[in-house]
Amino acid sequence: MPADLVSCAWAILLSPLAAAALILLAGVHRPKLSAAAAIAGLLTGFLCAVRLFLHAHGRHDALLFESSVSWIALPGLTIPFGVLIDPLSLLMALIVTGVGSLIFIYAAGYMAEDAAVSRFYGLLSLFAFSMLTIVLATNWIQLFIGWELVGFSSYMLIGHWYAKPSAAEAGKKAFMVNRVADFGFMLGILALWAASSPTVSQRSFHFLTLERQLSSAIQAGLIPAGTLTLIGLLLFCGPLGKSAQFPLHVWLPDAMEGPTPVSALIHAATMVAAGVYLLCRAFWLFSGLPEVMTVIMWVGGATAFLSACLALVENDLKRILAYSTLSQLGYMVMAVGLGGRAEGMYHLGTHAFFKALLFLSAGSVMHATHELDIWKLGGLARSMRWTSACFLVGALALAGFPGLSGFFSKDEILVLARGHHLGIYVLATLTAGLTAFYTARVWFVAFTGSSRLSTRHGAGGGHHGVQESPPIMLVPLFVLAALSVAGGYLGIPRFLGASHAEFHWDVAATSVAAALTGLTLAWLIYKRQAVSAQQVVQALALPYSFLQRRYWIDEMYGWYVATVQQKLIAGLCAWVERVVIIGAAVNGTAWLTRGAGLLLRRCQTGRVQTYVFVFLIGVAGLLTIALTR
Amino acid sequence: MVTPTHYLVVSALLFCIGLAGILTRRNVLMILLCIELMFNAANLAFIAYADAWGNLGGQMAVFFIIVVAAAEVTVGLAIAILLSRQLRTLNADEVSLLKW
Repeated sequence: MPADLVSCAWAILLSPLAAAALILLAGVHRPKLSAAAAIAGLLTGFLCAVRLFLHAHGRHDALLFESSVSWIALPGLTIPFGVLIDPLSLLMALIVTGVGSLIFIYAAGYMAEDAAVSRFYGLLSLFAFSMLTIVLATNWIQLFIGWELVGFSSYMLIGHWYAKPSAAEAGKKAFMVNRVADFGFMLGILALWAASSPTVSQRSFHFLTLERQLSSAIQAGLIPAGTLTLIGLLLFCGPLGKSAQFPLHVWLPDAMEGPTPVSALIHAATMVAAGVYLLCRAFWLFSGLPEVMTVIMWVGGATAFLSACLALVENDLKRILAYSTLSQLGYMVMAVGLGGRAEGMYHLGTHAFFKALLFLSAGSVMHATHELDIWKLGGLARSMRWTSACFLVGALALAGFPGLSGFFSKDEILVLARGHHLGIYVLATLTAGLTAFYTARVWFVAFTGSSRLSTRHGAGGGHHGVQESPPIMLVPLFVLAALSVAGGYLGIPRFLGASHAEFHWDVAATSVAAALTGLTLAWLIYKRQAVSAQQVVQALALPYSFLQRRYWIDEMYGWYVATVQQKLIAGLCAWVERVVIIGAAVNGTAWLTRGAGLLLRRCQTGRVQTYVFVFLIGVAGLLTIALTR
Repeated sequence: MVTPTHYLVVSALLFCIGLAGILTRRNVLMILLCIELMFNAANLAFIAYADAWGNLGGQMAVFFIIVVAAAEVTVGLAIAILLSRQLRTLNADEVSLLKW
């Protein structure tokens, strides 16, 4: 392997870190320098990834190369830190650095007036570095470190406007939900390590070594099936939190409190993609565990459907997009659960394009109007032409409009689903219809019709209409829009070594029909207003309230934390501390000593004769003992 | 004929008289005197055995006891003087300052 390719691989990983370090050391009070450093860092990474891609393109090697330095070396445990380049990691690195760079550039315009641009860019660079650590990891420990770093940097970024209580809360929530899931994940990694070999000296965290050792051990029947299933389920806890699957999805909608570029980054390039990537990375393990695969499939399917339902009743533009991300992530996880590694990654890639596009367009809207409630927007298609056009492209791709990227990747998943499980297929098709409905709802309510903004903005005086965003924000939008259109023709699955699934006309027709039904319904309700939205809500009062409360999942967690954890467990602990530790152990000892003292000091009469008498009895007693023995 | 038994009986009598005095008398001076009496009972026993067994070790012990008794009396009398000065009493029952 040529040395320049190896250094390219290292540069992908290290250039964002170098940018973060530079910003921390030199750029804290220089916002322009910080932005330039962060963008340059990630762009360097992207160019290096492209260089590697050009080399890898056309070859069908399972593994291109691996380069690592020894990091922790103990007897029986060596943990390297390095880069592993294979088609999967290369594709993911391209998405992360490519989409990430566009978001970074966009943020230069979006955050221009923010007070803490340097901190923002420093953390963005760290975020990208953490994600690339996951993507290029050679072993589970490195991956886990990246995993936690992603959690940390997302916490910092979601809480960027920490003076706002809701933002601080959202960051905390994201961090804690992820920690809960990561605990299971960590147990899974350790269990995998323990199971990897019966002798300690041969145990390994290394992906390829593990794959080799475990595959042979499983074939030889050395590992009980139950252990493996448990390991699989524990490892799945990681994606459950990071990719925000039900029931740990609650942090993702709240994470909308962060600045929009952060939302775009979390949803498209980093963070949530990590879970799906992990499932693909350890696909050799999961694919051998049918029970775990079934769990993954159903969790993904349920997430896809349930979050699409939630998006129907949401009124906040960014939160609608957040629920749609949940739903699309459900698709990806479901695809992996169905055994479609390439399909999952394919959808991850196309989703990264159009979801970044949607978020950045929404950010552009927010930048111009400072409003996110779709009912207070409206008529944006006239005042913000370019942004609206980009949003429309993203929305159509998301809805699975034929010919756009989302259509192809979703179609492959649907084909896969139909081949495996009819129930899942129906659920996925239904979700496709719902997706089209809520996307069209956003479009019709917020972008068409007449503007409902004017009264509020006019009150301040000097209102001169909603302004289109500056070019620095629009250019990334155009690039992403182009990618959203063309994403389906890039041959992502073929790059991953999968043959393109045959084009099934019936599946495609059904999904298009479902999407069109959703579109038409939304058009009827929100555009033509043949049926008013209020009437629909009244007719479906019960499910509507159910969705409004988001299945009461937040409340359940709240109840769990307040009642079970705080009252029951914490109460029990407090009781043990108060009664057993402080009461019995600490105060009890003191009380015993004092009581014994109270009793014993009666002996001290202060009369010499008494002492002599007692002494005499003692001597007599000792003498008796000594003489009678 | 005076046998060691006679000496020992006298010694035991002296010891018991001293002990009884210590236990019953309240005057500090009397208690000190009774302690002396008990020392001398012990001395008598030592001498009796030394004579009976022809061993000079007993006489050595007696000299030691006499020296220690002299020292003890010095300290004891000093305490008695201080008691009478400070508390204006030599009654042992009234001296209970070190009690709880």
